[in-house]
Amino acid sequence: MNGFRAVFKRELKGYFVTPVAYVFLVIFLFFAGYLTFRDGFYEMRQADLRIFFGNLPLLFVFMVPSTAMRLWSEERKSGSIELLLTLPITVVQAVWGKFFAAWAFLGIALLLTFPLPLTVYYLGNPDTGLIVLGYLGSLLTAGSFLAIGSFFSALSKNQVISFILSVVTCAVLVYAGMPTTLNYLSGVLPAGMLAMVERMSFLTHFESVHKGVLEFKDMAYFVILIIGWMWACTIILDEKKAN
Amino acid sequence: MIRVDNLSRRFGSITAVDGIEFEVHKGQVLGFLGPNGAGKSTAMKMLTCFLEPDGGTAAVCGYDIRKDPVNVRKSIGYLAETAPAYGEMTVGSFLHFICDARAISGARRKQALDRVVPMCSIGSVYHQTIETLSKGYKRRVGLAQALIHDPQVLILDEPTDGLDPNQKHEVRSLINRMASEKCIIVSTHILEEVEAICSRAIIIARGRILADSTPQELKDQYQCSLDEVFQRITSAKTAAQGLQESRV
Repeated sequence: MNGFRAVFKRELKGYFVTPVAYVFLVIFLFFAGYLTFRDGFYEMRQADLRIFFGNLPLLFVFMVPSTAMRLWSEERKSGSIELLLTLPITVVQAVWGKFFAAWAFLGIALLLTFPLPLTVYYLGNPDTGLIVLGYLGSLLTAGSFLAIGSFFSALSKNQVISFILSVVTCAVLVYAGMPTTLNYLSGVLPAGMLAMVERMSFLTHFESVHKGVLEFKDMAYFVILIIGWMWACTIILDEKKAN
Repeated sequence: MIRVDNLSRRFGSITAVDGIEFEVHKGQVLGFLGPNGAGKSTAMKMLTCFLEPDGGTAAVCGYDIRKDPVNVRKSIGYLAETAPAYGEMTVGSFLHFICDARAISGARRKQALDRVVPMCSIGSVYHQTIETLSKGYKRRVGLAQALIHDPQVLILDEPTDGLDPNQKHEVRSLINRMASEKCIIVSTHILEEVEAICSRAIIIARGRILADSTPQELKDQYQCSLDEVFQRITSAKTAAQGLQESRV
C-alpha cells in the first residue's frame, strides 16, 4: 500500500507545482460554462443541469486525454520510470496510483463547477438526486477516458501520439451512441449489431445515469471499461518499461 | 549477499548479458568494468528487478529477483546511469517522496534526511527544483536517494560520471567510508577509480565475464597498468569472438 500511497500523493501534488493544473482548470471551467450558456441554460427556464452534463462527455474527449497523455509517456521519456520501478513499488501499484491521482484531479475540476448547481438552486427547486447522479456519471466517464488515456500513454513515449490515439478512441466510443451515427449505421448493420454498437457507447450509459436511473449494467459498463484498459496498461508497461 | 547465477538477457537478436555468474559479500566493493555496450547496465537493471532476465537468476540478501522483487528492491540502493529524478520537484520534496515509497516516516525520516543530506553535500540546494541543478548535483541527489534507507546493498551505475575532480574525490571517499559495512557494486570505465575504491574487479565484454580478480592481482598477472590489462583482455577476447562468429 505504501507504494500506491506514495505515487498517488506525488502525482496529485505534482499537478499543482507546475502550471499544468491551473491551465487545465481554467480552460475546462471556461468551456464547461460556455457550452452550457451557449445551449440556452437560462432560456430553457428549467432549474436543472441537463445541458451542462450533456456537454461534458464531448468536453472530456479532449480534456481527459490531455491530462492522461503525460502519465507514462513522460516517465518513460525522461527515464524516471527506472527510478520509480526500482523502488519497492510494483507496476500495479504505480499504474493505479497515477490513475487515481489523475482521477482525483478531474474530480477537483468537476467540484469547481459548483457555481452552476448553486445557480439552479438559487433559481428554482432542482432534483438533487439528478444532480448527484449527473456528477457521478460524469466522474465515471472521466475515469473511463482516463483509463484509455493511461493505456495509450504507456504505449508511446511521444505525448502527442498518445494524446491523438486516446482522443480518437474516446471519440469513437462517444460518437458510436449518437443518434446521427446510429441512424446511419441502421442502414448498414443488422439490428443485432446496431444494438451492440449502441450498448458499447459511452453516451448510452452516460445518458441513462444522468436521466436518474442508476442501473447495475451502467455501473458495470464503466467499471469493466476502467479495469480492462488499466489491466492492458499494466501489461504494456511491464513489457515496454525498459525500451 | 549477492549471488548471480547464470544470468542472461537478450534484446532481439543481441545478447546483452550472456550467462554471468559471481558472488559478492559484505565488505566488498566490486568494480564492474567493460567497454560501452558490454552489458554492465543491463546486468545492474536485472539485479534491481527493473528488467526481467531471460535465463538464470540472482539473489540479493537471500531474496530471489524473480520471486520476491519487492524485498530485493527494499534491500538495495540503486543509482541508475542517468541519475533519473523528477525534475519539477525540489530536492527536499523528492527525498520525502522516496521516504514515502520506502515507508520511512516520523523520527526515522528526520534521522535519515539529517544523515544523508550532509553526506552527499546537497544542503545548499535542498529547496531548489531538480531540473535547475547542475549535472554533479543531480547525481548527488541520486546518490542521496539511493542511500536514504541505509541499504545493505548498493548498486551504483557510473556514480562519478559528469562530476568534477573534487566531486569525484568526495564520492570515492564516501564509497570507501561505507565499504566495510555494505556490499557495493560500482560500474565504471574509469580505471583509476577501480584502483581507488574497488576491492575486486570483474571485466565484462559482450555480456560475458572475462576476468574476475582484485585490481592488484590483475596488474601482477599481466605485469602492466590496469589500463593496459583492460585493453588486452577486452580487445583480445572480442577479436577472438568476432573471428569465431565470422567462421560460423
